[in-house]
Amino acid sequence: MTEKNNTNSYTPVIGLEIHVQLKTKSKMFCDSPNNPDETVPNTNICEVCTAQPGTLPVANKEAIRLGTLLGLALNCKIANSSKFDRKSYFYPDLPKGYQISQYDKPIAEHGYLDINVDGVVKRIRIRRAHLEEDAGKNIHPEGLGYSLVDYNRAGTPLMEIVTEPDITSAKEARIFLEELRNIVRYIGAGSADMEKGTMRLEPNISVRKPGQQELPNYKVEVKNINSFKFAEAAIEYEIQRHIEMLSEGQTPKQVTMGWNEKASQTVEQRSKEEANDYRYFPDPDLPVLKLSEEYISNLKTSLPELPAAKRQRFKEEYALPDEDIQNLVNWKELTEYFEEVVSEIQAWIQADRSKEDLLKLVKMAANWCLQDFSALLNAAKINPSESRITQENFAELLKHIADAKISVTAAKQVFAKMFEHGGEPDHIIEDLGLSQISDTAAIESAVDQVIKANEKAVLDYKAGQQKSFGFLVGMAMKELKGKGNPSLVNEILKKRLE
Amino acid sequence: MELAFLEISELAEKLRNKEISSVELTKYFLQRIKEYDGESGLNAFLTVTEEEALGQAQDADKVLASDPNASLLTGIPYAAKDLFSTKGIRTTASSKILDKFVPVFDATAVEKLKSEKSVLLGKTNLDEFAHGSSTETSAYGPSKNPWDVSRIPGGSSGGSAAAVAAGLVPFALATETGGSIRQPASLCGVCGWKPTYGRVSRYGVIAMTSSNDSPGTIARSVKDLAISAEILSGHDLKDSTTSVKDIPNYAANLRSDLKGVRIGVPKEYFVEGMQPEVEARIHEAIAKLKELGAEIVEVSLPLTKYGSLVYAIVTPAEISSNLARFDGIRYGHRSDSAKDLSDIYDQSREEGFGDEAKRRILTGAYALSAGYYDAYYLKAQKVRRLLVNEFDEVFKKVDALVCASVPNVAQKIGSAKDNPLFGYIADQLNIPASMAGLPALSIPCGFAKAEDGDVEMPVGLQIIGSQWGEQNVFNIGHAYQTITDWHKKYPKGFGA
Repeated sequence: MTEKNNTNSYTPVIGLEIHVQLKTKSKMFCDSPNNPDETVPNTNICEVCTAQPGTLPVANKEAIRLGTLLGLALNCKIANSSKFDRKSYFYPDLPKGYQISQYDKPIAEHGYLDINVDGVVKRIRIRRAHLEEDAGKNIHPEGLGYSLVDYNRAGTPLMEIVTEPDITSAKEARIFLEELRNIVRYIGAGSADMEKGTMRLEPNISVRKPGQQELPNYKVEVKNINSFKFAEAAIEYEIQRHIEMLSEGQTPKQVTMGWNEKASQTVEQRSKEEANDYRYFPDPDLPVLKLSEEYISNLKTSLPELPAAKRQRFKEEYALPDEDIQNLVNWKELTEYFEEVVSEIQAWIQADRSKEDLLKLVKMAANWCLQDFSALLNAAKINPSESRITQENFAELLKHIADAKISVTAAKQVFAKMFEHGGEPDHIIEDLGLSQISDTAAIESAVDQVIKANEKAVLDYKAGQQKSFGFLVGMAMKELKGKGNPSLVNEILKKRLE
Repeated sequence: MELAFLEISELAEKLRNKEISSVELTKYFLQRIKEYDGESGLNAFLTVTEEEALGQAQDADKVLASDPNASLLTGIPYAAKDLFSTKGIRTTASSKILDKFVPVFDATAVEKLKSEKSVLLGKTNLDEFAHGSSTETSAYGPSKNPWDVSRIPGGSSGGSAAAVAAGLVPFALATETGGSIRQPASLCGVCGWKPTYGRVSRYGVIAMTSSNDSPGTIARSVKDLAISAEILSGHDLKDSTTSVKDIPNYAANLRSDLKGVRIGVPKEYFVEGMQPEVEARIHEAIAKLKELGAEIVEVSLPLTKYGSLVYAIVTPAEISSNLARFDGIRYGHRSDSAKDLSDIYDQSREEGFGDEAKRRILTGAYALSAGYYDAYYLKAQKVRRLLVNEFDEVFKKVDALVCASVPNVAQKIGSAKDNPLFGYIADQLNIPASMAGLPALSIPCGFAKAEDGDVEMPVGLQIIGSQWGEQNVFNIGHAYQTITDWHKKYPKGFGA
């Protein structure tokens, strides 16, 4: 699907290599715990993942299942027969002196992922995705004459995903990454958190000159990118750097760059003195990985609704704005919560309300999820499932707003209380005395008082000054201690002023 | 008869009859080790675990006293080639790079013997990382052949073979990659079992050639081998290359006749340069098998000659990768003079590895390099497949193959020096079965005069079976031992 480059401008050519850490209980080839949150060095280790002499790897079935699932979610062909290979190089964080990876027979190949770029669907082809083990971490304490190695991460399972160079902007790369992250999370394959390093990106970037058809004869790899923001910034930075050089008749060096977040620029990393020869060969300790058609098709059937399908459904069923849909779907747990609130709403609305009422409430639910709820969750650094607000009570509160039992302002107070302590909205509304006044007599008396006390405003309104009406509403609400049903207050005031 | 040269089954009987306790037996063999081993002696043991052994023997005596169904191996002393990882006990692989290395876990084979309450007396010498056929590449000097201490015991499991041959221990764990059990068993006049690849777990055996390595045993009789095989065989969750196949009652199934058994004699295994007297012993042994009722047929395995060539590529290739973990970072020797990371690698490995290990690392890295992989490693694997097919074909016609284990008797210490091809020549009759992952035995079948001295040295008969065909080779070996007594001979000068 290589695009014809008919433009008169420089066209970036970007391919991505992404490592996704799979969320398994134990490591890829041993029983040691796979816990990316472990902070005490060298605690999640054993004789196998520290390569004690005589130890052997045994492939983790759950990692194979998650890898297959991810391959399927990326529309890949899953290999009935793939194998593990040894990739040899020396580094202290690599205990065996080789990494077990998949070389010429990856578990998944020839897939694609469709991304939505400003309303246009673009297909990014996936060249391959393979299973491998991660390395440990070298630590260089500042000012000390030694280095340390932490093997907690050594041997944890990774899926490496390699795209074709189909991406043509930093923004597309970011959208692809976000979509991939969503998929990984939706299928439960991992946390895909760039900040925590459970998803890592190495983009390969080059730029075509105006009119150039063939792929550029160089590419630059960028490492050390640990957020979506930096991914976009680093790629953009590189593109501009390449364009500048190309326009001066130079070709960028084929090197590995590192993103320096303080300087907001890429910096050439120490270039390797010699070309690497990884001396790949099939790992004789591990049998060929055979997956039956049945195994593959069962996993395919078990795939949950993926983000793209969910977005489509939200649009069709709930008619939510695209941006809201995107924001909801980007937070898997919030989307799940939202859908549970919606089903609570549906449960009681079907009986006596119209479709418009339903959509209005769903829209309200989405807004509350994305605004007040998100803000509170983010401040508390928790996920929706950890909040004290049950989906039932969330829906109940929305119903009270729709029924004008409580004002939006008051509802925000109730919501905050619910978030803090839990509890049913009815009780909280009562405890706080926030129930909205819909008693016509009470409102009439307040309105009459306000009209009497504000003669000038009344005259101004009658002379055609609309804003005086707003002032009078405000005064009436004040009289009602903010609990007046706004539409009733409006209605009665209007009638009295006629 | 001396206890020193009794079989496992005979010692087990004495333990059961309370003629002797495991502690007494253990002290007896420890005493023999003190007397005949050590650097000035056979140099079969690198580490003797006296204290642990006596503790294990006491435990074994308790089991023997309370459990009438205790296994035949309960309370029986054994030694383990120093390639088996032993928890808390120094394990060197006969390499300076692991000189002070104490593992944190037991190899599965050791663990199995531990749970049978066998008693580990110590760790035996080998060629460094099992690279060799004489124990001369050991960083701790060669072991000596008890039949003539100026001669090699063979290798790489030379320490295990010498220890059993001299009656220092009733049986020993050993490992094969391309003859490392059969060849020393043959040269030392004892019995050796190289299992089908995947029959015995490799977990905890320091890897040489992962696609070939087969841990097995060296003992005084085929029956002893069969007894050990029942314990050591089986699937291991820690080794994905082990099989889930059932383990037959090898020892109970042994038979003393060979009626209806078809045995093939591969003509290519009577190689050029074979000692005529060795060849004569093999033909005599074949005649005995015929006497036992076996049908003897000549067969042809024309690809035999390629076995050593395939081995010469696959072996160093895997070794170069398997030895990469000895990098001075986490364990083992780290150079004192290293100033930076690249020094740690270069100098630790330079100082820690012997010449043969370095030679194989270099050859193997070359064979796996980009541009050479297809021409060497990949091609060798294809030929290897052909070797397997050729054996598959021949085993449609016969139950087992017999030939010499080694074309000659033990040579003088020093013969292998500066001859990197020594091992390949010595092992050429062993390598094809290794490359095909087949089970095989070497059992004593007489003596032949050494070509370089006036001394009679043991000759070994090799019996090769089809994949998982352990029972067949045990049956043939055992039947042979019911009408011969070569396996009961022992060298003079070891207190008997």
